[in-house]
Amino acid sequence: MRILEVQNVNKRFGGLQALNNVNLNVNKGDVHAIIGPNGAGKSTLLNCFVGRLEPDTGSVMFDGQSLLGKKPHQINQTGVSRVFQTPEIFTDLTVLENVMIPAFAKRDGAYKLNPFARVAQESEIRDAAEEVLRDLGMADKRNQIASEMSRGDKRRLEMAMCLVQEPKLLLLDEPTAGMSRSDTNNTIDLLKHIGETRGITKVVIEHDMHVVFSLADTISVLAQGTVIVEDKPENIKGHPKVREAYLGEAQV
Amino acid sequence: MTDTKRNDVILLLVVAFFALFAPIILNPFPSDGPLAQFNAGYPDLMQRFVIYGIFAIGFNILFGLTGYLSFGHAAFLGVGSYSAVWMFKLLSMNIIPAIVLGVLISGLFALVIGFISLRRSGIYFSILTLAFAQMSYNLAYSVFTPITNGETGLQILLSDPRILDAPTGTAQPVTSLFGLEMRDTFLAFEYLGRDFQFTYGYYVCAIILLISFYISMRIFRSPFGTMLRAVKTNQNRLSYTGVNTRPYTLTAFVISGMYAGLAGALLACMDPLAGAERMQWTASGEVVLMTILGGAGTLLGPVLGAGFIKYFENILSRINDNVLEAWFAFMPDGMSDFFVVIVHPFVGKGWHLTLGLMFMAVVIFLPGGLMDGAKRIIDWVSGKNRASKRGAKAPAPAE
Amino acid sequence: MDAILLQILNGLDKGSAYAMIALGLTLIFGTLGVVNFAHGALFMIGAFCAVVMNRLLKLSVETIDETKTDFLGNPLKVNTPYVEAWFGEFGTTMIGYSVPLAILLAIPVMIVIGIGMERGLIKHFYKRPHADQILVTFGLAIVAQEIIKANFGANPIPQPTPDAFRGALDVGIYLGFEANAVVYPVWRFVYFIFAAVLIGGVMIFLNYTTFGMVVRAGMADRETVGLLGIDIDKRFTAMFGLAAVVTGLAGVMYTPILSPDYHLGMDFLVLCFVVVVVGGMGSLPGAVAAGFLLGILQSFSAMNEVKAILPGIDQIIIYLVAVVILLTRPRGLLGRKGVMEE
Repeated sequence: MRILEVQNVNKRFGGLQALNNVNLNVNKGDVHAIIGPNGAGKSTLLNCFVGRLEPDTGSVMFDGQSLLGKKPHQINQTGVSRVFQTPEIFTDLTVLENVMIPAFAKRDGAYKLNPFARVAQESEIRDAAEEVLRDLGMADKRNQIASEMSRGDKRRLEMAMCLVQEPKLLLLDEPTAGMSRSDTNNTIDLLKHIGETRGITKVVIEHDMHVVFSLADTISVLAQGTVIVEDKPENIKGHPKVREAYLGEAQV
Repeated sequence: MTDTKRNDVILLLVVAFFALFAPIILNPFPSDGPLAQFNAGYPDLMQRFVIYGIFAIGFNILFGLTGYLSFGHAAFLGVGSYSAVWMFKLLSMNIIPAIVLGVLISGLFALVIGFISLRRSGIYFSILTLAFAQMSYNLAYSVFTPITNGETGLQILLSDPRILDAPTGTAQPVTSLFGLEMRDTFLAFEYLGRDFQFTYGYYVCAIILLISFYISMRIFRSPFGTMLRAVKTNQNRLSYTGVNTRPYTLTAFVISGMYAGLAGALLACMDPLAGAERMQWTASGEVVLMTILGGAGTLLGPVLGAGFIKYFENILSRINDNVLEAWFAFMPDGMSDFFVVIVHPFVGKGWHLTLGLMFMAVVIFLPGGLMDGAKRIIDWVSGKNRASKRGAKAPAPAE
Repeated sequence: MDAILLQILNGLDKGSAYAMIALGLTLIFGTLGVVNFAHGALFMIGAFCAVVMNRLLKLSVETIDETKTDFLGNPLKVNTPYVEAWFGEFGTTMIGYSVPLAILLAIPVMIVIGIGMERGLIKHFYKRPHADQILVTFGLAIVAQEIIKANFGANPIPQPTPDAFRGALDVGIYLGFEANAVVYPVWRFVYFIFAAVLIGGVMIFLNYTTFGMVVRAGMADRETVGLLGIDIDKRFTAMFGLAAVVTGLAGVMYTPILSPDYHLGMDFLVLCFVVVVVGGMGSLPGAVAAGFLLGILQSFSAMNEVKAILPGIDQIIIYLVAVVILLTRPRGLLGRKGVMEE
């Protein structure tokens, strides 16, 4: 079953055709990787899913409803969570608070005026947050201020913030960018672990082929704003079109 | 987590204790002694501590939690005062309707101004609020003279209609709470050479301060307050987390505007006149200063900051050369003159200079305000800081 | 038609002041990224340089004129300024010209104050949040204001217009209007020309000298310029000095139009921040254009015909324009993208 359907999406920036008739289908439960050389339009495409950019033409359907014209918070409320290239977390707050906030957003919606409720008495929310933290091995860090953590932990925390919302679709924008080999491997393990424990559909944008081939069920290759191939990982490796697109870019 | 709750109760009790016994606590020096000028336990000054404390508590809900720096909050203070005085003129000298109207009208103002200003953030937001406040100020002086009475300021007159308690006789009407006159001293006694005075006015203000403080505490501890702190830290992440940030900031803005209106109305209740200078942007700067000085984002900080500034304003501005000479009289002649000359510019009419220097010193050396300073001292005394520093140095953080 | 011309002219002098102050403010903001709330104080300090110059020139020696007596029959004491005692007639003229002469005093004073301020205080606030910058410079502004108040009192101190520029010019006649239809004080022309020359000079300096080019490059991308091995910090300090001089001179020359007092700085500060925002944060031409534009708009809104339709509009026009601009064009008229946006 398809959960995300992208049809004929076009996006121009001035003279640059960033996305050119992009078609993409993500099946429920899949890890779908989007790869492609620099400037292929991967991030632009992702930004069209989350409401940061609006495509010029085309449609983006998620779980039966159109995402176009929706604001980021509305899109999140439909069940789409996003991990950023550099972890976006609430740096001044504690780890536990960081995870509780998305849980509140999931339960209370985009806005709720409850100035007299007590965070301390929200045991359901706390339990949910603590469970996710335990699951990701961060339970002992829950009272730490988020800015004081290592980069790997920040990534882990951001992941926890997304998971506590139990999204239907998780978007990951280069989750291992700028990471050391060992941190990258940790992240792969983390993502695999998430895949085993929860059946969340994931769309991963990634540069690192090692990450892509360790995780992906399906791969779409984006080049010059168009999806040139969409196939299983084993068919992608030797694909002539992919070789062509990457020629001089990187070894596949 | 029950820990926080217990701490909150203790904090509230401490604030209540200080607020209720302030007339005694703030009068530590005999009233005919040399240090009498450092006493602060007289009603007029204590009312100002408390009222500006309320103003700062409200400002802190916006600035301390969301990080939006408004430079126009004095406008709401002014609106609160004007509304209250109008209630005195039209309805009754009872303070309850005046306070209610003051809060409502300023809340309405805050809703409109906030709705527009919050479309921008950062310095643009500050400039927008500043622009609105300046517009209100300028208009209060010119076109709105029928409402504000221009430069003279709005006052209570014998000829006012006052529907519920129409003026009788020639006595100037006074503000009251169901017959308890605000300026009335219900208890006054002398003990060990110290004069103690208790007025209804102060206690009305003090009780409202306690309520305001309690509400602010609940907001801080609520999921709503957590969202506001999240706005300050990372608005981008918050909207990708499914939260619509605009209504949160607008609510915070309106709440803090209502606090400002409450403070303005109380000012009018204690002394029923309202002038446009209350809306000037330097007055907005003052509440920013109080909040920062005390510690933005802390519960107690703004109240402390307000008390601190109003105390120094009052004490320093009353020290004149005669007082200084009395202080330094024990020194040899030339030396005492020298000290008088040195200290002179910082006191009396020049106390603003001290204020400015204090302001800079706080921002430079103590960005966390008095609360942060107190915490550092406590840590230092208990040796916690040294220990934690050592602890932090030992293991190299693994990146 | 003549009424319109008159309003434009009336707006020019305020506009010139706004433009120069806003230019200084933008230089500081653009180069150093610092929101300087003490900028109005620089304008005020400039204005008080004129006051000081006037007082210096008037420093007098007391002599006793034996030939005359006062009403009690004692010999008359006469105060003669030193410059008159030394230079005679020329000395008297010098006193009359104290305002333009004060430029000589203001330049070194403003350089010292500007650089001192940057090195001593602002430098430590580059990496602090804008709120902190606003607060610390706000504190500094209060301090400057109080120092001036303590030394010069609270009342405005009128400054003389030099003799040659006294009176008014009947501009209308040259343009075919009736006599006395458009009359404009001469000194305001001088002020406008002064502003034009000063602003032009700064623009030329920034656009056509290597120093200016480096600074402009630094405004665009500080890190890269630093990587090129250029000590951009020193140049930025110099720019702070330049901004202080521009603002200070605007203050000096404005004194015959508006007698300076201690809250002059605060009065102009708020307006000039609005000007900068309207022009676009970080845009020099934007600041200048917005300065003149708002000055002229302000003078138009003060016309009786306008006030009859929109009462009170003259009091709020600048702020109203700021609100409209900020909401419709968040970056101001000529602003760059991404400046000061979080």
